[in-house]
Amino acid sequence: MNNKGRSYYLIPYYLWIALFVIAPVLLVIYYSLFDLDGNLTLDNYVNFFTPVYMKMMLNSFWYAFLITAFSLLVAYPAAYLLTRTKHKQLWLLLIILPTWINLLLKTYAFIGIFGTFGPVNSLFDVLGIGEQQILFTGFSFVFVSVYIFIPFMILPIFSALEELNLSLVDAARDLGASGWTTFRRVIFPLTISGVRSGCMAVFIPALSLFMITRLIAGNRVITLGTAIEQHFLVTQDWGMGSTVAVFLIVIMALFMLLTGSSRKGVRHEK
Amino acid sequence: MKNKNGIANIYLVLVFVVLYAPIFYLMYYSFNSGGTMHKFEGFTLDYYREVLQDTRLIIIVINTLVIALLSSSIATVIAVIGALAIHRSRRRRSKNALLSLNNVLIVSPDVIIGASFLILFTIAGIQLGFTSVLLSHVAFSIPIAVLMILPHLQEMSPTLTDAARDLGASRMSVLTKVILPIIKPGIFSGFFMALTYSLDDFAVTFFVTGNGYSTLPVEIYSRARQGVSLSINALSTLIFLFTILLVVGYYFLNQRKSKPSAAVAEPVAEAGVPR
Repeated sequence: MNNKGRSYYLIPYYLWIALFVIAPVLLVIYYSLFDLDGNLTLDNYVNFFTPVYMKMMLNSFWYAFLITAFSLLVAYPAAYLLTRTKHKQLWLLLIILPTWINLLLKTYAFIGIFGTFGPVNSLFDVLGIGEQQILFTGFSFVFVSVYIFIPFMILPIFSALEELNLSLVDAARDLGASGWTTFRRVIFPLTISGVRSGCMAVFIPALSLFMITRLIAGNRVITLGTAIEQHFLVTQDWGMGSTVAVFLIVIMALFMLLTGSSRKGVRHEK
Repeated sequence: MKNKNGIANIYLVLVFVVLYAPIFYLMYYSFNSGGTMHKFEGFTLDYYREVLQDTRLIIIVINTLVIALLSSSIATVIAVIGALAIHRSRRRRSKNALLSLNNVLIVSPDVIIGASFLILFTIAGIQLGFTSVLLSHVAFSIPIAVLMILPHLQEMSPTLTDAARDLGASRMSVLTKVILPIIKPGIFSGFFMALTYSLDDFAVTFFVTGNGYSTLPVEIYSRARQGVSLSINALSTLIFLFTILLVVGYYFLNQRKSKPSAAVAEPVAEAGVPR
């Protein structure tokens, strides 16, 4: 009982929650109610539902979906095969290592690789396809994003696969299930939690990336993130920027409810 | 069976090649005297010289390191408090509420963190620059450090603290003599994670740096927007080597400090949302 009164030392942490977790969200909501001239209005919300923003939303979703789907498609087999290798820890470390390199540098590399005279276009030349404009297209945006996100998809799936009880797989095989059926009915459902956290680690950032769109897609692709950055730092229309942010927050919350908010590392409570 | 294994290996090798190719591509062309990223003309170290002689860049590197070391130290201290706060809360509901609040900044997209902090600092009248960057780095590093420390607290046997209290230790000495030594590996990895988060962060910093103050990622972005310049390649080679040194050092220390089973869990926790 007596330790109730003496918990002043917890104040810095609670202060952090109040100032940097709760206040920013409230401020974004508050600012979304003002127009450029500082008048209290709901115009921003009305504007958001005009075709311009709706199209941007759909676009943003579509790209985020593509990026998540392709990442999953590449990462699941990779994670599965990783669990089968000797020296798993070493390979895992090698998967993690590129994530420590700043993503801007990796993105910058693709400016060279996809450039007009870059290796991909030289290859196209040799193959007789001829030079293509790869940079500044939706394709290059998706490719680079998938490249960036693959490790973040592999890791949770890998750990889910590691927890999988192999005797269940053996049992399925013994009972006559084919390889595909075993995967579809046993392995995949048991590792769905890893797939979920992987998708979450990819989908939300994919909605809000703005540096890759700027560097690689040359403003061809506008995501919600690009819109927020544009409104806050270029046009200085904080109200509209906040409105977009509010919608991004809502989408994020919905997405987390949908995928179940069980993230790794949060599970540790008793 | 043999054939199947072959395809599997080819797939894995392919994934690794794709993961590493762009990085080595960058490094390779940093030695190109031709000045472009597509035709290798001759070997040169000019771009390294350029990077090392660029005083502006060196100031920015120092800025970045100062911010990273300061912010991760402060964040780790607050995170220890936070982990204790979460650990202490007895009721399941308040514990969950604290945990969710803790994790908000981990799952939020960087643009939102950046934009909302920009509003916050403007309202609070804090000038954009060193202070705003430091504060935001502290702010977004805290939750991940808490998550690194918390498992260690929860693994700690409560009988230890009870015993210490029974033997007459004050609350302070229970903390410094019992709890902190036990959770030391967690504090260490929390600090390290905060450090790398801070070194790596672009998006949040981009929002809260004013004019005249810059960190390395922000500088790289503005240079990359102007197109290919091989000094970026040289710089990234140096950063890559530095990163490898840091990671290898960290794993080396970690391997000695904690049991092997913890080494599996941590990389997963490290894979937060990319910044």
